[in-house]
This record gives sequence, structure tokens and C-alpha cells, in this order.
Amino acid sequence: MLKIENLHVSVEDTEILKGIDLEIRPGEVHAIMGPNGSGKSTLASIIAGRDDYEVSAGGIQFLGEDLLELDPEDRARMGLFLAFQYPVEIPGVNNLYFLKAALNAQRKARGEDELDAMEFWELVTERMRRVQMDEAFLKRPVNEGFSGGEKKRNEILQMSVLEPRFAVLDETDSGLDIDALKTVADGVNAMRSPERGFLVITHYQRLLDYIVPDVVHVMMDGRIVRTGDKDLAKALEAEGYALFRENPEPAIAQHA
Amino acid sequence: MSDHTATLEELTAKGYQFGFVTDIEQDTVPPGLNEDVIRLISSKKQEPEWLLEWRLEAYRHWLTMREPDWARLDITPIDYQAISYYSAPKSDADRPKSLDEIDPEILRTYEKLGIPLAEQEVLAGIRGNVAVDAVFDSVSVATSFKGKLAEKGIIFCSFSEAVHEHPELVRQHLGTVVPQGDNYFAALNSAVFTDGSFCYIPKGVRCPMELSTYFRINAANTGQFERTLIIAEPGSYVSYLEGCTAPQRDENQLHAAVVELIALDDAEIKYSTVQNWYPGDAEGKGGIYNFVTKRGLCKGRNSKISWTQVETGSAITWKYPSCVLRGDNSIGEFYSVAITRDRQQADTGTKMIHMGKNTRSTIISKGISAGQGQNVYRGLVKVLPTASDARNYTQCDSLLMGDQCGAHTFPYIEVQHPTAQIEHEASTSKVSDDQIFYCQSRGIGTEDAINLIVNGFCKEVFRELPMEFAVEAQKLLEIKLEGSVG
Repeated sequence: MLKIENLHVSVEDTEILKGIDLEIRPGEVHAIMGPNGSGKSTLASIIAGRDDYEVSAGGIQFLGEDLLELDPEDRARMGLFLAFQYPVEIPGVNNLYFLKAALNAQRKARGEDELDAMEFWELVTERMRRVQMDEAFLKRPVNEGFSGGEKKRNEILQMSVLEPRFAVLDETDSGLDIDALKTVADGVNAMRSPERGFLVITHYQRLLDYIVPDVVHVMMDGRIVRTGDKDLAKALEAEGYALFRENPEPAIAQHA
Repeated sequence: MSDHTATLEELTAKGYQFGFVTDIEQDTVPPGLNEDVIRLISSKKQEPEWLLEWRLEAYRHWLTMREPDWARLDITPIDYQAISYYSAPKSDADRPKSLDEIDPEILRTYEKLGIPLAEQEVLAGIRGNVAVDAVFDSVSVATSFKGKLAEKGIIFCSFSEAVHEHPELVRQHLGTVVPQGDNYFAALNSAVFTDGSFCYIPKGVRCPMELSTYFRINAANTGQFERTLIIAEPGSYVSYLEGCTAPQRDENQLHAAVVELIALDDAEIKYSTVQNWYPGDAEGKGGIYNFVTKRGLCKGRNSKISWTQVETGSAITWKYPSCVLRGDNSIGEFYSVAITRDRQQADTGTKMIHMGKNTRSTIISKGISAGQGQNVYRGLVKVLPTASDARNYTQCDSLLMGDQCGAHTFPYIEVQHPTAQIEHEASTSKVSDDQIFYCQSRGIGTEDAINLIVNGFCKEVFRELPMEFAVEAQKLLEIKLEGSVG
């Protein structure tokens, strides 16, 4: 459903992504691991549609469409979701209102009926139980005054409500204690289905104990240097990224 | 009605007796201001002698004054001798013939606000006020409305009517909150005001409905110098709505209104304004100058006055709704959203004067600047030596859209009692790209995202507005901000 081909991306003349190839099919969960500065979050931002970047070569197909041609809101309406690494605060806008506005904007764009207040309330309270969030959250302004863990759970709540076809989780585990991590993972696992794809970006293998991936990619310096199954993540945890620096795959030499 | 006529005749006769100017055939006085013009206005309105004297005193004082220049405003000099200070309601011949003659931009806004066609014609000045009655069937509406109020002893009428029917109340209170010589524009208003609203809530009465000038579709052309007086007797409550979200057409560039509020023991007045006067074109040409003096006196113990304003229109806004907290334990509140775009300028804020013991005030000001708009918050919190245990909380937030606009905050604090507690918080922020992107990534389009963010910014003020007004204000803001972020 998501196909990335030879993607090169720069910011102010500095190349961040140096040729990424990645294909994710419906039902698959892919994980990308890598050290700081390897380009993981840039990849997430590009998929969601941030315009601070310049794509110098390659492209991304999503459900057969040229993703890079679409505005971020149109990507979301097609069923793309990004759980932010740093969710943004919107003072004065309550969470319930924001979620309803988002869901109805998407439904409207897809030609579906908008949900009324009662229907939405039923949906959202049901989904909140999944991520163990209190109803009081709905009355609070979007992310304002939320702890790090609350912000991340709020992202998962949004995902549960919006029910995207494909979701990117950008370091959703960072800053979470083990209980919050389990809650977040439960929220994601509850949504796994044969139709839905996930791209999970993380530093640590720990998250992948709870969200078990089908495919693991290791990313370094703007390239995917190794692809394997979940055992690759374990090897990485044991030996560190140094392993890949010293023994580059032939693929790297090719691009260099 | 016959009583009314009788009173009028009596007063008119009296007027002649005391030597009023007799030239009452004329419908519009030629431009210019002098004592004869004031005599003419007074006689046209068949006013009692004391009121004429009051006007003349104001005028003589005005002559000794100079226009204030301390506001951070760029004002094209006003030629006060070029203004006509009295004109009767327009005749049919002067009106636009149909909506085809109205600025399409204004029509587009009417449409967005969902204003019915007939009402649009009234707002645009095509139909006169007599026709309004027919259009709205307001005779019946107004009658049942007035009946309900009369049962409770509430007086709600035009200022002119009050002068004739309740002269003792007007005479007792007029100018007690905003004296004739208070400031340049208040003095001018006192000399030449033509009409406005009067409202009196008797002791212990809670006004059963929001009083709105929109409701009071009176025959008088209130014009550019409006005068409002609201008196809340002990233990009474009233919520008063002023203005209209629809853009109003007006040839008069200078508007200098005066509003006086008086709250006695345990009384509460809530005064809400949504202002959307013509702001001029994108270059700022032709817009209204809105120079208003609004002040409330918390005269009694435990009294409360609350100002809420949403200022979206006018080329220039110069306005500081204030509270004089004279009664012990009295409370003053000011909630404001002021938006400026294109060439609009606003210098607005409040004054909270603490005189009584244990008085409290709250100021929440939200300024939004877009395009080349300049937005100023100017506020004074003054605690006099008599005001022990006074408290104030002030919060001034500015939101910038684009890189050519400006936001400026001038808080003045004068404290003369050691027990005072004053808090001031200020912030300036931009609608950030991160916030917009966050909304977009959830499926919300850019314009909607901006509206969402701006409405969130204004929420603390909007929630003070009566429900219906709040919804309209929100809609109005969306229209105002259209296309303001590229």
C-alpha cells in the first residue's frame, strides 16, 4: 500500500535521505530502527507531508497515488496517519472538539455522513477505554499541559478514532514508562488487521517486544542498511549500531 | 400613546417659551459646529432647557480641549467643521434602490452570515426603518417584548424617549459616570449626541431576557453620536447586547459614542459588544473611526460590571471600556477580542479604578493582528489609598498572522495601597506552522485549521458572550480572517 522508491531528500542543501526503498503491504508492520540523525523522523515527516524538505529524486506511492503531490490534509483523508514524536499543543481547543472536527473533515471528504455529537461521544468514549484515558481528557485543550506519556496516548487515541489505513508511529515510545508503553502498544495491537499497515519508528528494541513487527529495517545516515525479521532488532539491541558501521552491506557501497 | 403626544406637545411649547431656535423645518443642518447648531439639535429633539444647557456646557468645554494624541494610532486629521451634526432619517430618494448598488463584498458577507434577504436590505439602508417593521413584523414582536419588560417595571427605550418620559432619571444620572468634559470625544458627544438607548432595571429585578439594540428597531436614526445610559438598581441584573455582526453601512466616518453604566448595591450589569463597522478598503480608505468612551460605575457594595467586546471592524478603534469600583467588594471585568487586518488600527483596553475595599478586577485581552494590522492593548489598573485588599488579574495575549503586522502592549499600574495584589501576564505568539501542520495531518484543511487555532485563542472571551452572540462572533472571525494567511 505504501511504496517508496529511491527517495532522496534534502534540507537546505544537506542531503538527509540518500535513496530509500521500502514497500509495505496491507497487514504488515514494519519497524525502522536507527541512531539519532539517521533520517528516521525526516522520513515520517515526508510521508505525512511537511513541506520543509526538498525531494530531489525518487517518490512515494500510497494506494496507487503519487503521495508527494497531495496536501497533508488530503493524505489524512485517504487514510494516512502520523503519530507525532512531539505532539503540538493547541491552546483553547478542547480535545473532543478537535477530534470530532478531524473525523468529520475526513468523513466529509470521503462522502460519508458526518457524526453528530451523540454518535461521536459513543465512539470516542469506547476508544478511550482502549488507551485507558479518562474522559476528563476530552475537556482539556489539545495536548496543553499534558505529560509526555499523556501526549503519546492522545496520539494513539486519535489514531483509534480516525481508523487510518496506514499509520506511521514516530518514536511513540520515547519518554514512556513501561506501563504507558504497554498501553500504547495495546492500542496499536488492537488496530492491527489484514487491511491496515504500520510503520513503527523507534530507537529501542523494547517497543518491539510489545508491537511485534513483521519486518525490521536498520537505518543509518539516510539509508536502509539492513532488512530482516524481528530477530534483527534483538541482534541490534545486543550488539549496537556499531555492528553495521563496521560491516556495511554491499548495498551501501553501491550507493556511496 | 396620547399621553406621549401630550408630553411632547407640552415640551415643545415649553421649548418655544424658553426661546429655542425656531428653524425646525430644515432636515439636515449644514456642516459645521457652533452653539446655534446645538440649539437646533436640542429643539429638533424637543428637549428640556436643562439638557440644552448641559449640551452647551459640554460644547464650551470641548472648545478648550485638544484631540488626544497619546494613542498609537495614525489618524488623518478630522475637520470637525466639515461634519453635519444633525440629519433627519434619510428619505427614500437618498437610499440605494436595490442590493445591486451595494458593495458586493458586503453582500458576500451577509450571505456567509446567513442573513435573510429582507434583513440585508435593511442593513444596507435600502429600506427605511418604517419598512423594517413590516419586514420583521416587529410591531408584534416589540409589543410582546415591551409588555413583558413593563410588567417587571423595566424601562428600555431610545434615549430621546427617556428624556421625555423619564426626565428625572436621565437628569439624575446623565454624565455622572462620564462627565461632559471627560475627554475630547466624550465632550463632543455630550454636545451633539442625537440618540441612543436608555435602560432602567428596578430594585431586585432580574431582567428576563438579553436586551439588545437589535431588538429595539426604533424609528430614530441614532447616527454617529450615540448615547447610552443603563441604570441597575440594588439587587437587579441585566445583560445588554450592543451591535450586530453584519457589516453596517454608514456614510459617517466619525463615530464617537458614550456609554454610561451604573450598578448599585448587589446589582450586576453585563454589557456585550460585537462591532463590525466598515473597516475601509484594503488600503484603509473610507473606514469608520470609532472613538468610544465606555465606563461603568460600580457605585454600590457587591456590585459587578462586566464588559465583553469583540472588535472586528472600523479603520481605527479607540476604546477603553472601564470600571470604577467605588462600592466595597465590587467587581469589574473586561474581556476583549480585537482583530486588525489590512490597514486597520486598534488602540483598545480598559481602566480598572479600585476605590472601595476588597474590590476585584479581571482583564482578559486577546489581540489578533493580520496583514498590516496594528493592535495595541492599553490598560490602567489603579488602586487608590482607600482600596484595601484590592486584587487584579490581567492577561494580555497577542496573536500575529504574517510578518507585517504588529502587536503592542502598554499596561499601566498605579498602586497606592500596600495590600493590593496585582498580577499581569502577557504573551505574544504566532499561529505556528507546526500547529497548522498538526491539524492538516488529521484531515483538517488549512483555513479550518487557522479558524480552529484562532477560536481556541479567543475562547476565554467568547465563553463570556451570550450563546447566540458567541456563535455569531466565531463565524464573523472566520470571515474576517479569510485569506489572511497565504
